[in-house]
Amino acid sequence: MSDVVEKTLTALPGLLLSLDSQPGAAKLCATSRLGSLVRSITELTSKNVGEEMAEPPAGPLFHTEKPCHVRAIYCEMLGYEASFSYIHAIKLAQQGSVLEKRVGYLAVSLFLHESHDLLLLLVNTVLKDLQSTNLIEVCMALTVVSQIFPKDMIPAVLPLVEDKLTHSKEIIRRKAVLALYKFYLIAPNQVQHIHDKFRKALCDKDPGVMTASLHIYLKLIKESPESYKDLTDSFVTILKQVVGGKLPVDFNYHSVPAPWLQMQLLRILALLGKEDQRTSEMMYEVLDESLRRAEINHNITYAILYECLKTIYTIHPKSELLEKAAKCIGKFVLSPKINLKYLGLKALTYVVQQDPNLALQHQMTIIECLDHSDPIIKRETLELLYRITNGQNVSVIVEKMLDFLRLSKDEYTTIDLVGKVAELAEKYPFPYNSWFIQTMNAIFSIGGDVMQPDIPNNFLRLLAEGFDSDEEDRQLRLLAVDSYLSLLECDTSGLPQRFLQVISWVLGEFSFLKEGLEPADVVERLGKLLDDDAITTETRCWVLAAMSKLCGSSDALCKAEKVAHKYTSCLDTALRQQAVELELLGRDVDLRTRVLPQHVIGFCVWLQVDSSLSFLDGFVSDALARGAAPYKPPHQRQEELSQEKILNFEPYGLSLPVSLSACSLTDRQSPTALSLSSSLSGNSADPPLKAGSNLLKLEGVKRVWGKQGYLPEKQATEEALAQEPSSIFAPSHQQACSESQQTTFSTIVEQDQEKRQLASSLFVGLGSQNAPCLVRTVSQMSVKPTQKRSKTTSIHLTSAFAQNLSDSTSEAVPAVGNTEVVEASEVSSLSGGSGPLAQPSSQVERGLESDLPSRLPATLVGLLRSDVEELCSGESLSLSACKVFDADALVLAIFLSNISDSSIQEVSCLISSEQLKVPEMCSTFSVLSFYLNGLNPQLEGSVSCASQATQSFSLTLSLVDFIRPLPLTTEEYGKMWLSFSHDVKQNLMLLKHEEEDQLEAALTALKEKLCLHIVDVIGAEGIMACQLVSGRPCLLHCHTHGGMLAIWLRSPIADLPDCLLYHCQKAIQER
Amino acid sequence: MQFMLLFSRQGKLRLQKWYVPLSDKEKKKITRELVQTVLARKPKMCSFLEWRDLKIVYKRYASLYFCCAIEDQDNELITLEIIHRYVELLDKYFGSVCELDIIFNFEKAYFILDEFLLGGEAQETSKKNVLKAIEQADLLQEVRHNYFL
Repeated sequence: MSDVVEKTLTALPGLLLSLDSQPGAAKLCATSRLGSLVRSITELTSKNVGEEMAEPPAGPLFHTEKPCHVRAIYCEMLGYEASFSYIHAIKLAQQGSVLEKRVGYLAVSLFLHESHDLLLLLVNTVLKDLQSTNLIEVCMALTVVSQIFPKDMIPAVLPLVEDKLTHSKEIIRRKAVLALYKFYLIAPNQVQHIHDKFRKALCDKDPGVMTASLHIYLKLIKESPESYKDLTDSFVTILKQVVGGKLPVDFNYHSVPAPWLQMQLLRILALLGKEDQRTSEMMYEVLDESLRRAEINHNITYAILYECLKTIYTIHPKSELLEKAAKCIGKFVLSPKINLKYLGLKALTYVVQQDPNLALQHQMTIIECLDHSDPIIKRETLELLYRITNGQNVSVIVEKMLDFLRLSKDEYTTIDLVGKVAELAEKYPFPYNSWFIQTMNAIFSIGGDVMQPDIPNNFLRLLAEGFDSDEEDRQLRLLAVDSYLSLLECDTSGLPQRFLQVISWVLGEFSFLKEGLEPADVVERLGKLLDDDAITTETRCWVLAAMSKLCGSSDALCKAEKVAHKYTSCLDTALRQQAVELELLGRDVDLRTRVLPQHVIGFCVWLQVDSSLSFLDGFVSDALARGAAPYKPPHQRQEELSQEKILNFEPYGLSLPVSLSACSLTDRQSPTALSLSSSLSGNSADPPLKAGSNLLKLEGVKRVWGKQGYLPEKQATEEALAQEPSSIFAPSHQQACSESQQTTFSTIVEQDQEKRQLASSLFVGLGSQNAPCLVRTVSQMSVKPTQKRSKTTSIHLTSAFAQNLSDSTSEAVPAVGNTEVVEASEVSSLSGGSGPLAQPSSQVERGLESDLPSRLPATLVGLLRSDVEELCSGESLSLSACKVFDADALVLAIFLSNISDSSIQEVSCLISSEQLKVPEMCSTFSVLSFYLNGLNPQLEGSVSCASQATQSFSLTLSLVDFIRPLPLTTEEYGKMWLSFSHDVKQNLMLLKHEEEDQLEAALTALKEKLCLHIVDVIGAEGIMACQLVSGRPCLLHCHTHGGMLAIWLRSPIADLPDCLLYHCQKAIQER
Repeated sequence: MQFMLLFSRQGKLRLQKWYVPLSDKEKKKITRELVQTVLARKPKMCSFLEWRDLKIVYKRYASLYFCCAIEDQDNELITLEIIHRYVELLDKYFGSVCELDIIFNFEKAYFILDEFLLGGEAQETSKKNVLKAIEQADLLQEVRHNYFL
């Protein structure tokens, strides 16, 4: 072994010096130096020795020797570091002759990545070569430019590349177009000004150049199909010519004319014809032709067919074409070739929402695929089944999915599929309570700690909030408790942490439902969990939190204290706090009875919590008076921090001030946050819900459904299917199933009875009598069961105020002095019957409004708010209000001012709303539904005092009041954008043409009027983000062209974009 | 297309071309995982794979695996044909290509690939034209060498 190395090392210098005498001749290369290197390296077994060989000998000789680079490339590929040769590669490209250049460029494009510093050294070389008269050099330069090029250097080469678009050689023009395509991909705004040149390339007489330009058009049209509708005709004509065989034979591939070009055109047509009947009509003929022509039984024709199918199902539907397409799908599905079968399944998945009949036709094939030996086929089949799930077949499908999951080892698949199962389980749990619990258990144990955190969160919320009937809720909870207790009896060491957390939460919360079960028992079982060393501190926190909820009886308390005592000196603060809280609870009997009343009276009582923490106001104002910095909500702090970070990057920026508050006060999402307050608060599901943080919630299962733009149909169909009364339709389905079986599969003599049964259980509820759904219905605001069950999760109007509203009772306000501020959240100042007389102030000013804001309570100072508006005023009392836009609530601050010069007594103020019930206000969905129905909820009220008759007033709430900026980075935005399914697009007229920067003006207007967060401005495009108070986001994308503002909104909630668009329109008009 | 890998049945990497910027570490990780996954598949199985959020299209020619990663909306079948065309090109250029040709002349294999695919998109699909461009460049090389000799 070592003598091989020695031999090679001694031989190398000699080899390097001798000239390569047989270049080009492939077979002889085996004897060349590369050959010997390759051979000697392959003989090596140790990596270190290989590195030695790659490194020392080559150094000084690099700049002249081409084969050394080839060797270096080889070494890199094998995984040995050859970074020392990078600079030599650049030199070679710079100074070498044509042949060395070729290797140099190749080495550079393989070694370096787009942001590598050394690339800057290459720019000059590229510039020189682009100007060269040698065609080959130009080609090489264009090739390297379209592979890797530093983004910032694009302007330097752009003019030269543009010039090449008019070059006489076709190959140069083609490469130039592709280089521009690459530039467009990495920096779209830099090539914006040459869009007309793209058009010229599209009209190039050489089909190769035209094909290359289609790459750019595909991207452009994907971004704004509207602006390229005029080209539809040209694309259709080109496709017609291609399909008709008008191109030179050179472009044929296995006697199919220019397949790559055809596919590109089909993709473009799909984008153009989507949801546009007029444009779609232009292409029906050519699509029909394409379908007809693709007859030869070759992969490439199937590739075109598949693309054609996708186009036909994307554009405005035409029944004739759909029929033909359906036949084609049949060809794929029934093909013996496995690749085609896979694509057939994919196509079915794609179209099954529109045409469930297709799935019925192929049900036996689908069943076979379900047991296929190739997991990829199985996976795709499950995807298909997932789309046809309804209330009747859900249990079978979920079972199949779980079977697959148990065998699958791939993490990515697990996450995806677990999400889907969870979604199905939550969607159809009603008739099957026990099934639901079992399925969720399976999900938790399979999905383990890799699944999306919103799955356990949703589950807990569902349990906590329950749904329609109390009895059912109780049963569901009891089932959960039962199943977890039995799980705890077995070995728990294999269970994932998340599952243990769920178990402990449920037991802590609901184990009292089980009669005859002593809390002490539960505590003991939970305590056993803690003995396992493998469980994480986070889980320990959950367990302790559960224990503190069970401390109602002295037995349990005693046991829990024993456990907790161990952790009172634990290093983890969250865990320690939990333990200390438990101990304190044990010592203080009063507190315990107040905190855990449900165990005293044996039933759960929802408690009211002052979530505004108003009892701390005094503390806060004291601290403020002593000069403490005002509290900033986390998002504000983060924003500031990120701004500071941006400063950091500027060359001579000021040094970053250390902001202690920002570092020390990060939002902790551990269960300690819910420790006591969770058992206190009426809504115990609140904290885990929050822990799931808004962003995570969004990345729910939906995203992975894939195909944009099909979600609305999907939901609509699903709903329709789900709503069909099963008793009436089921028999006819069965009949239809068997009929189609007989017709389609009559040739198959022996049918497996089991498979038939499976088929009938899988395909029930799929309407066979449904004609292919031609009309795309926009889904109504579809409230899925999970959502329906989401009740009060956050409190918008603060508690005390809320009580006032719901009870509609008047509270006598203690006599109000001049401009005494009564703020909604201040319970203390509102309660109480009659107070002392306030001294009238001598200066009576009507213009006091300007002074009012300063009277806002400390907690609200510094937040965005509307202007103070006078709602009514009489002889002695004036009532004004302003809306304060807190991060997670809309707070109404109401100011009562005494405008007379005597003191007033017996002031009473009553606020109510007929349209709103307070709890409803709190759910985003109902907020939204109000605005959907065109209602702007009004708060009405009246105010009176001894010296003044009752005066009434009203206050209108608008959707805008519930919108908050959503601070995002461009990257996050990009991710979220793709995952949202509901979108609305519209062009708005910008009235002021003369403005220099229309986009910026428009964005600023939107930002000011609607509280949006401007994420980024890229060229003529701007992106913005906002959220409803409870955290449902909506993203906006704006683009100006010719006095129009194309605005595009996306959100996970169905109707939010629509509502918001209306407000955007208003904001732009009012500007 | 995101990247293309060529590797042998033994799992040795023979050629790699990345059309998306990734760090070396990621590249190595992806290569390792993919080689393992693809080699584990049986011959009768489907040529397509779902891997993370990408789709992998692979095909075996003799002892070499050609493996491409594409995005979700791309067409799998045409990618198979891209692989096939590339093999055809190599075959024509080397004259009945074998693994050794690619090992010892892998820079040629890269040149052909660059002439056929640019930035992850097929740029020239005509066999004749690709080989013409390569031969022209090769010719220059020969001329220079003769000049020196």
